[in-house]
Parts: sequence; structure tokens; C-alpha cells
Amino acid sequence: MRYESLLDACGDTPLVGLPRLAPEVPEGAPPVRLWAKLEDRNPTGSIKDRAALWMVRAAEEAGTLRPGDTILEPTSGNTGIALAMVAKRRGYRLVCVMPENVSAERTQLLRMYGAEIIFSPAAGGSNQAVATAKQLAKEHPDWKMLYQYGNEANARAHYETTGPELLRDLPTITHFVAGLGTTGTLMGVGRYLREKVEGIQIVAAEPRYGELVYGLRNLDEGYVPELYDSSVLTRRFSVGTRDAVRRTRQLLEVEGLFAGVSTGAVLHAALAVATEAVRQGRRADVAFVVADAGWKYLSTGAYSGTLDEAEEALEGQLWA
Amino acid sequence: MAIDVRIPTILRSYTGGAKSVEASGDTLAALFADLDARYPGLRARLVTEDGSLHRFVNVYINDEDVRFIGAMDAKLSDGDTVTILPAVAGGAGPLTGQRR
Repeated sequence: MRYESLLDACGDTPLVGLPRLAPEVPEGAPPVRLWAKLEDRNPTGSIKDRAALWMVRAAEEAGTLRPGDTILEPTSGNTGIALAMVAKRRGYRLVCVMPENVSAERTQLLRMYGAEIIFSPAAGGSNQAVATAKQLAKEHPDWKMLYQYGNEANARAHYETTGPELLRDLPTITHFVAGLGTTGTLMGVGRYLREKVEGIQIVAAEPRYGELVYGLRNLDEGYVPELYDSSVLTRRFSVGTRDAVRRTRQLLEVEGLFAGVSTGAVLHAALAVATEAVRQGRRADVAFVVADAGWKYLSTGAYSGTLDEAEEALEGQLWA
Repeated sequence: MAIDVRIPTILRSYTGGAKSVEASGDTLAALFADLDARYPGLRARLVTEDGSLHRFVNVYINDEDVRFIGAMDAKLSDGDTVTILPAVAGGAGPLTGQRR
């Protein structure tokens, strides 16, 4: 496959069957199959390349983003890395707002791409990074915040690409399962598939972190991304650290697929709906998203030692 | 009917510091009423005056978000686990990479 540039190689990722992980079906019963959409096969190694590219293009088309401009974004993870690549190729300066306790790998990678980093207090987590970025946007009116949590181009990237790719490769799809963060993937793919596939189930897997992450977070100052529309979803599962790590390891052991920890949480929900289909004797083609590979998470302790040790190492970390 | 209810740190002042408490009820609404009888004031932190869940409060029955399975009318069975959590921003979150 040949592309004119790295940006052109975004999307059109493989959908692979996972016959060893799919639950066993009694003889004569309808098939229940499991499919993984390999989003780590994007230019910077995550599904966020789609959102970053679509958000930048939309801002360029609207005339709000011009060469030499500064992009501001609350992110310390995949969106930051994706935006850094797009910004570098298109000639923008990028400022990322991230909690001060972020890993060295991320900081290094972002700085290599030429991104600047402004730290927000660790205690506030990602809610605080969002708040800090909003404050900075007020102080620097010339900086352009793409704001992945509320930018409709984030969801549209998936409505226009991820959704159609899934339906093209799996016309018999019955369930779509993905992680719930900015909600862009679930909103975009969800809306597309709901229009095209009768009875499609749109299932969200939300990470449930260790207690330290929630800490003394005030219930009145919570945060729900502006993109989120609960009517697009059919169900929403909360998946704890232990189940996420267990499934991430199982994916590697049983199918040879090396994925990030958030994929483990998504797989946990996918297996729950697949197992339910078997129990009900229904046919199911369950497709789920592998948002990224495991490389960036090796230092977290998720992949070494016992499950107990991994769970303890991840306590206090946002692993998705 | 015994339901195990996981209390977030911020609300443990109501439960004498307990991380999880036992309560009963065949729906979420009934469970919250029972919780409030045992720990007065707790319900008002979770439910608005019109009887719906607060926007930034997430409640799960055995890991499934109650808003998709009937909300306050969601059915409960003996042995279920109910988890109450504050809503947090997701997506590309930070990883500390620190081991304790």
C-alpha cells in the first residue's frame, strides 16, 4: 500500500478476527464472533490520529487556524502525540496542558515533536488539565484550542471513517464496543452504525480507576464531555483496573495481540456481551476497538509481575 | 435482601468512614431510601430534588451504568454490588509511571 505522505496513511486499519478468544458456542447454535479493529496501525500508533487530523482540517477549512498559529490542547496522551505530528507537518506550534505526574516517555516524545508542555496540578487529574487549558485560552486569545472533548470534528472523524470501515469489513456487525473518554469514537461510530444497521448495540467501556484517582473529587464539580450524548449508547460498563490488566494479558497470551491497558477494559465489555449472546442463543459479530499498542505503558507495571502487583502499580494512575 | 454499596471517598463522612456498606431495596430508588435512613443526608448528595441522579454522579449495578438499565427504577437482586463514583474526564489521561 502506497501513500503520498504520512497523514494520508491515517485510518483504513485492519479488522482481525479473534477465534481463540471468542466464547465457545454449543453445536448447532448461531455463531458468536469477536473482531478487533487495530487502531494502533495509525501514523502515531493510536486511534487519536483520526480525531487530530479531522479537528485540524476542520479548523483550517473554517479559517480559524492559519500557518504559524499556536494550538492549545489539554492532553498528555495519544491526542497530544497525534496533534504534535499533525502540527509539525503543517507548521503549527503546539502547547499541551497535562498533569504534572505524567510519565517521562510521554514528555520526551511530545518534546521531540517540538510540542511545549504546561503542567497542571497532579491532584486534579485530567479534569484539572481541562480547566487549566480553558483558563489559558482566556489569557491567550490568539491561541487556538481544538478541545477534543467538545469538538464535533472529533466525532465526525469516526462517523466518516471508522464507522464506514467497520460496516464495509463486517456487514453482519451486531455490537460495537469502544472505550469511553472524550466519547468521540462512540458518538461518531455509534451514530453511523445506528443509521445503517437495525438493532445495532453500541457498548461503552469506561475505565474505573483505583481509589486514589477519584480521591476527594467533589461530586458537584464533576465533568462530562460536551460531545457525550447518552442516547447514542445502548449500554455502558465500568471496568476496573484488575479486569483491564487481566484481559490485556489474555489478549497477548491467547491471540498474540499486544495492546494498551484501555483495550483490556474494552475487551472485558466485548466478552461480556459476546457471552450473553451465547447464553441467549443469538448470532453475534462483536467488533471492538484496540485504541493503541502496549509500548507506552510498559513502565506502568501493567505487563510484569502478578495481577496483584500490576493492580497495585496502577493504583493512582489513569491508564486509559 | 442485601446489597453491597461502595461509597466514594468524598461521601464517607456520612458512613463513618466505611468504604462499603450494606443496604436493601429491590430498585435503586428503594436502595437510596434505605441508605438515607441508615446514613441521613446521603441521598441528597446523589439525587436531585426531582428524584433523578445528579449529573456528575455515576452509579453502577455490578459494573453496569444504571442510566441504561432503568436509572432510579433499575432492578436489584440479593448479592448485587452497587458502586457510586464521581464523573471524571476520560480520554488520553496521564500515566504517572511511578511504582510505589
